[in-house]
Amino acid sequence: MTKLKTQSLKKRQSDLANTNKQLEILSNGIFQNGELPKFKDKIAETNQFPLKAKPLEILQINVGYMCNQVCEHCHVDAGPDRKEIMTRETMQQILDVVKTTGAHTLDLTGGAPEMNPNFRWFVEEASKIGVKDFIVRSNLTIIRANKKYYDLPEFFKKHNIHVVSSMPHWTRGKTDKQRGEGVFDMSIKALQELNAVGYGIPGSNLKLDLVYNPSGAFLPGDQAAMEKDFKNALMEDFSIQFHNLFAITNLPISRFLDYLIASENYEDYMYSLVEAYNPMAVENVMCTNTLSVSWDGYLFDCDFNQMLELPVNSKVKHISDYNEELLEGRNIVISQHCYGCTAGAGSSCQGTVA
Amino acid sequence: MSKTYYDPADLRKFGKITEWSEELGNKFFEYYGKVFEEGALSAREKSLIALAVAHTEQCPYCIDAYTKDGLQRGVTKEEMMEAIHVGAAIKSGATLVHGVQMMNKVNKLDG
Repeated sequence: MTKLKTQSLKKRQSDLANTNKQLEILSNGIFQNGELPKFKDKIAETNQFPLKAKPLEILQINVGYMCNQVCEHCHVDAGPDRKEIMTRETMQQILDVVKTTGAHTLDLTGGAPEMNPNFRWFVEEASKIGVKDFIVRSNLTIIRANKKYYDLPEFFKKHNIHVVSSMPHWTRGKTDKQRGEGVFDMSIKALQELNAVGYGIPGSNLKLDLVYNPSGAFLPGDQAAMEKDFKNALMEDFSIQFHNLFAITNLPISRFLDYLIASENYEDYMYSLVEAYNPMAVENVMCTNTLSVSWDGYLFDCDFNQMLELPVNSKVKHISDYNEELLEGRNIVISQHCYGCTAGAGSSCQGTVA
Repeated sequence: MSKTYYDPADLRKFGKITEWSEELGNKFFEYYGKVFEEGALSAREKSLIALAVAHTEQCPYCIDAYTKDGLQRGVTKEEMMEAIHVGAAIKSGATLVHGVQMMNKVNKLDG
């Protein structure tokens, strides 16, 4: 069993559950008094403003904010108390889009996507259409959370799902600190079960990648070096194998923003992000080739903008009105949280970008 | 407002030392950057050495910088503390080994 780390901001009725409050914090203080440049001005220095959407490559679907975990830094503010769940009707609208899209990747996320009651139906229908890369972002513990999920590794295998899972560290202490007591042991068990059906084995086409995001107010280190350390430690301690590690920067929104403020790390963290700004990363930032669809079918430039309730800057707002041509070339909606994707080697749901 | 000799915010200004001596400052930062690159030692190993030295030098800026650097590299708190003990052992060893000099002197003067 795992022990929940905390409650969602929404459940706690925190001020930061209000996205306007978050956007206000990100625009005021050090960004208002000129101590640090606004993201818009920073990218303008290298003539990269406005950021424009390129042809779509990745369609990322958030099937709901419900989750069996309440991780300390969750940018979705997900948890067992979140009731926002995608309906089958919205899923059908997405399937209609998947049939015509030029995107090569379909990326399901949440919450714990597996908790959506129509998750399996959606995966079965979408895999019939044939997408080159079909990702499910699984938090791992869900596989061991309840008997009804025990067969998920086999289900993923049957539909050739690319499993991408969070793992903050190869040690129990750091993982449980961020994700809740017992999460590490359950995650290890789930990884072993995925390995047992063929996931993550070198040369296997059953892709298993891990996502590393820092457990505190610091940026991720070099992705390749971290991957090497993760692989050595997980193999040595648990005989676990996986393919790639994606190092992802925590963006200063939602529960991570709450943590930064409460721990008095907000300003230093923003300085770190701005100091590590890399214009090369702006070139390939994920919002330019990704579209994020919310549980209720609305469209966003990325999952972070979705959580900040910043919709796409386009006439097309909802999946039911989807038009890829109209969406291409749109101006990406930005704020200071975007520094999180342009620091160092850059950060995206697929890891580094520069 | 209390004033102290060390202000954590000053660490961010480290790069400004080049403003008053550009050539030497640039050469220092070029050297510094090169030292910490992956070489015969990994960048991770170098980070731990830097952390230990930061403590023996008792440089608060360096301690902040290399604690954060270690976290970024996935270094655990147990590894950090062991590295500091290495520094502490060398520091105390360096003190105690001079005891031999004292013993030599005593033996010479009063032996």
